[in-house]
Amino acid sequence: MTHVDGNALAGAFATTLGIEITVTVGRCRSCGSSFNLACAHVFITAMGAVMRCGHCQAVLGVIVRGFRETLVNLSGLDYIRVPHL
Amino acid sequence: MGVINGGFGGRHGSSDPRLPPGQTHVYDWPVLSTGPTPNVDEGRWSFTITTEDEVTHRWNWGELQEVGVEDVVTDIHCVTHWSKLDMAWRGVPMDRLFEDVETSYDYVMVRSYGGYTTNLPLEDLLDGQAWLATEAEGEPLTPEHGGPARLLVPHLYFWKSAKWVRGMEMMPSDDPGFWEQNGYHLRGDPWREERYW
Ligand SMILES: [Zn+2]
Repeated sequence: MTHVDGNALAGAFATTLGIEITVTVGRCRSCGSSFNLACAHVFITAMGAVMRCGHCQAVLGVIVRGFRETLVNLSGLDYIRVPHL
Repeated sequence: MGVINGGFGGRHGSSDPRLPPGQTHVYDWPVLSTGPTPNVDEGRWSFTITTEDEVTHRWNWGELQEVGVEDVVTDIHCVTHWSKLDMAWRGVPMDRLFEDVETSYDYVMVRSYGGYTTNLPLEDLLDGQAWLATEAEGEPLTPEHGGPARLLVPHLYFWKSAKWVRGMEMMPSDDPGFWEQNGYHLRGDPWREERYW
């Protein structure tokens, strides 16, 4: 199974967090690299989307769309930096 | 997802008593992977069960075959609403692998090559309910379907049947695995539709 890039999560980030993923920078908790989240490796599955670090493959985050709510887990990131637009 | 049968006017719709609520019968076998597919060759494959006493029971590929494989025909149910009926599997019963394991813990964390995890109560792995599967539909499991070996726990949603399984660790409490930390049910019984938290 192959991955796509972080742009695939643009809609999910915009609707759940109100942020623009293509200008958001995150730092990988596992390897410490910082990068634009659009460069992350994203595995889209029918259960949810899994975002991985392009450098070390660690899981950066998971987004699951359930019945009543959407779960956003970004626990593999130390932080995200969202510029004021 | 692949071709879905049993939708509008389908003859194999939800009327089939083998289909849990909210499931649709499919004939293909969709693949769901949360990361790159690990390529684990049988030569360096091993499976371990680790207990609270730090005792590790280990089988390499050859030793696993010696434990004894059996044939299983069963239905599988994915939480993403597809079910595949009458699948032919071949694998080692988990009962045999737990025969010499002494533990007072009631829960198991399953760990896979590639980092995937899932949690299960030990009782869901015993009494003829679970296998370490090495073949499906008459063929060795391909890497995309979890080969060389995957867990098969067909009475629970299929995310519990971890691909590329490499070991099990006994746990005193039902700590969540990968999907269970991210909104999915701790146990995942398809007949109770235990999909989300
Ligand atoms: Zn990293």
